[in-house]
Amino acid sequence: MGAGSNVSEPPVGFGEPARDAVPLAAVRTRWLRPRSGGLLALALAIAALPLLLANNYFYEIAILVALNAIVCVGLNLLIGYAGQISLGHAGFFALGGYGSAILSAQHGWPSALSLPASTLAVAVLAYVVGRSTLRLKGHYLAMATLGLGVIASIVLATEDKITGGPDGMAVPPLAVAGWALQGERTWYWVVGGVLLLAVWLALNLIESPAGRALRALHGSETAAQTLGIDAARHKLRVFVISAVFAAVAGALMAHYAGFITPAKASFMHSVELVIMVVFGGMASVFGAVVGALVLTTLPQLLTVLKDYEMMVFGAVLVATMVFFPQGIVPTLARALASRRGRGGAS
Amino acid sequence: MNGTWLQFVAGGLTAGAIYALVALGFSIIYNASGAINFAQGEFVMIGGMSAVTLLATGMPLPLAVLLALAAAVLVGLLLDKLAIEPARHAGTVTLIIITIGASLFLRGLAQLVWDKRIHALPAFSGDQPIHVLGATVLPQSLWVLGVAALAVAALSWFFGRTLFGKAMLATSYNPLAARLMGINTRTVLLVSFGLAALLGALGGVLTAPITFTSYDAGVMLGLKGFAAAMLGGLGNFSGAVLGGLLLGLLEGLGAGWISSAYKDAIAFLIILAVLFFMPGGLLGGRRIERV
Amino acid sequence: MTLLAVENLGKSFGGVHAIEELSFAFERGAVHSIIGPNGAGKTTLLNLLTGLYVPEQGRVRLDGQDLTGAPPHRWAAAGIGRTFQNLQVFFNMTALENVMTGRHLIERDALWATLIRAPSLVRAEADTRAVALELLAQVGLAGWADSPADAMPYGALKRLEIARAMAAQPKLLLLDEPAAGLNPTEAQDIDALIKRLAGDGTTVVLVEHNMKLVMGVSDHLLVLDHGRKLAEGTPEQIRSNPAVIEAYLGVADAQPEAEHA
Repeated sequence: MGAGSNVSEPPVGFGEPARDAVPLAAVRTRWLRPRSGGLLALALAIAALPLLLANNYFYEIAILVALNAIVCVGLNLLIGYAGQISLGHAGFFALGGYGSAILSAQHGWPSALSLPASTLAVAVLAYVVGRSTLRLKGHYLAMATLGLGVIASIVLATEDKITGGPDGMAVPPLAVAGWALQGERTWYWVVGGVLLLAVWLALNLIESPAGRALRALHGSETAAQTLGIDAARHKLRVFVISAVFAAVAGALMAHYAGFITPAKASFMHSVELVIMVVFGGMASVFGAVVGALVLTTLPQLLTVLKDYEMMVFGAVLVATMVFFPQGIVPTLARALASRRGRGGAS
Repeated sequence: MNGTWLQFVAGGLTAGAIYALVALGFSIIYNASGAINFAQGEFVMIGGMSAVTLLATGMPLPLAVLLALAAAVLVGLLLDKLAIEPARHAGTVTLIIITIGASLFLRGLAQLVWDKRIHALPAFSGDQPIHVLGATVLPQSLWVLGVAALAVAALSWFFGRTLFGKAMLATSYNPLAARLMGINTRTVLLVSFGLAALLGALGGVLTAPITFTSYDAGVMLGLKGFAAAMLGGLGNFSGAVLGGLLLGLLEGLGAGWISSAYKDAIAFLIILAVLFFMPGGLLGGRRIERV
Repeated sequence: MTLLAVENLGKSFGGVHAIEELSFAFERGAVHSIIGPNGAGKTTLLNLLTGLYVPEQGRVRLDGQDLTGAPPHRWAAAGIGRTFQNLQVFFNMTALENVMTGRHLIERDALWATLIRAPSLVRAEADTRAVALELLAQVGLAGWADSPADAMPYGALKRLEIARAMAAQPKLLLLDEPAAGLNPTEAQDIDALIKRLAGDGTTVVLVEHNMKLVMGVSDHLLVLDHGRKLAEGTPEQIRSNPAVIEAYLGVADAQPEAEHA
């Protein structure tokens, strides 16, 4: 690498920009491309997928993928950008579902209200838990969310008068403006739309001062603080946002399936969600979607390997963290970029 | 009344002794790497299940137990060599996730190697209950308490008196300085995993006659052992023992007075309470500054 | 006019006094340097002056505001910026994004505007981007704007940190060994940069071993030894101070070139 007066020259083969400042318009176009391109691709994929879905069973898988993807997009913000682990996100998912279920089934709330109300309650819970633990340096959030998730699953299974106990409870369908949403095809478009919205919101958060603050905290918390970034506040905010995503997905699932069980809050489910995020890509919104896609469909399609499922999941997780700690999508993106000869940013 | 209370205490202490062994395992690995080993519970499971299988081949119980411990230690060493060491320079987040993956892998493997049923180990010296001060105590409980106490004593001798034990402690205080002094931190890590596996498996073998064992027996025990470690202060050995016994007692008393359905929740409520009110635990954990 | 007032500062680590009974004041608009042998407590002092360490005794005031005990991000908000001896660059971002992050204190951070990508946010982003590009140009890194930071050479990264710290428009800029590891030409670039910063009104505090740079650029020197103030004054005063020479500078003839290895 050059020293002395060559230091300010860009390296050979770097690409278009000259030494002087590049015109703002050109820079902005290039900057926006991964964002809008990816979003468009996702929208097209969602719109075109029904051509491949032969029957209700496949629609069901697709809906499941989308629901997991919504949770994963939020969880990815927490793990990949804020650098924190949550081992209890299934708890938020289930509480969102149960909250909306209980309000609509037992208290007669219209589901259009019970869903947001349940989500708000989960947000408050996340805020309370996060506030105390995120002040502390270290991985205390992992432990707190672990505790919270397991407690949630135990409470949901035990308080059977309210929750129906270990066998779960029935959930009325989601009704918008008097029209009940039912059927695989309808729900496909609903969750597809919500997924697109979730991805859009996540991308907006990342390409913003708040997003840079998160990435800075991940890069060097010390330096970030000296730039005025309040670590605890930003981590808390993204934790609550990720809990909201999970709660919404949980509520949608409850109304779609017409049923919800405490197993949805299990530690195992929380771990599965973490695996999807980690495998698909840390600090990559589309990676989270890919992770959810791959790790939801594979077990469904390869039912013959059901017995090996846990082992394979475990092996995948270890292998990913040891060999591609960034996850699949960013690793592939880097490989592609370097093959084209540019020092491409992800 | 007196007898019932004593019974609860005995039962609680027995469970607590197992939690203490598991908690010690957590603290040892935390001290060596700064990471939480979520596969700790699987060592417990491997200990119990291996002993059951080995016993079924006809060998005497003591031999089966010893070989089961050896098997668990081997798994622990392999876990370190294959999954932890290659990623030792990664952040703690990565290490935690790796141990979660390892735990899944081991459980999935256990499901195939053994089966999904519950198995029991015969009690070490029969199951004629002993009457002590009006309470009925299983002889196995005495084994648990006795062996656990021995293990703790052996551990404190190891860390306090032997050169390698002291080297391990030094590494946990300041890894860089330890390396500069010629201590091989990779070996320390390896031994840490071996020790943690040994302690976990010991707990598994001791408790199998009472609480039985199965391919997923490790999950709850692991998580509760972790809660115990947190209660006493992560990284603090006396804390691990204290936390374990305390957790066992609280569970026993809680189940008697509050509700047995929420017995399992006690450990996790403790985790949250510790985090909210005293993150360092009762005795203050050892905090590793990862630069 | 005093910008930074330090009163009886004390900090120890496990019984070792890293900083002891330290009092001094830095005037606004001047270039100050903190020098002293290794282990004198220079980096500890910088950490104390940015809130990364909390002192056991003493107080620190910036522009009259007592910042002692406040969390680091409050010190930054009060107007103190810094660079790091051991490079705390955000390697997970591009050079431009690094500098843009430096604008954090100046940007508005409204959650709703962020989530829906309101036009106000888009405009603010464009402004931040423009300012960041300008700063990169000032330190001679314009061509590296979209390069991932982990692809940049050492010398460039040192200047990147300065640009990032400048983005916050600090009143007081602490530079921790900005010339460490740089060759004489690169060190000259840093020299010119510091002079320009000072000329623009930023109060610069330099921790350095490169005596040529220090003596050439400083208005005022603070000499530390074993955590205590050994001397302070102008470069001429310090250069001829016998206690300083004995502890640190060496022989008092010609150019004392105590260059960093």
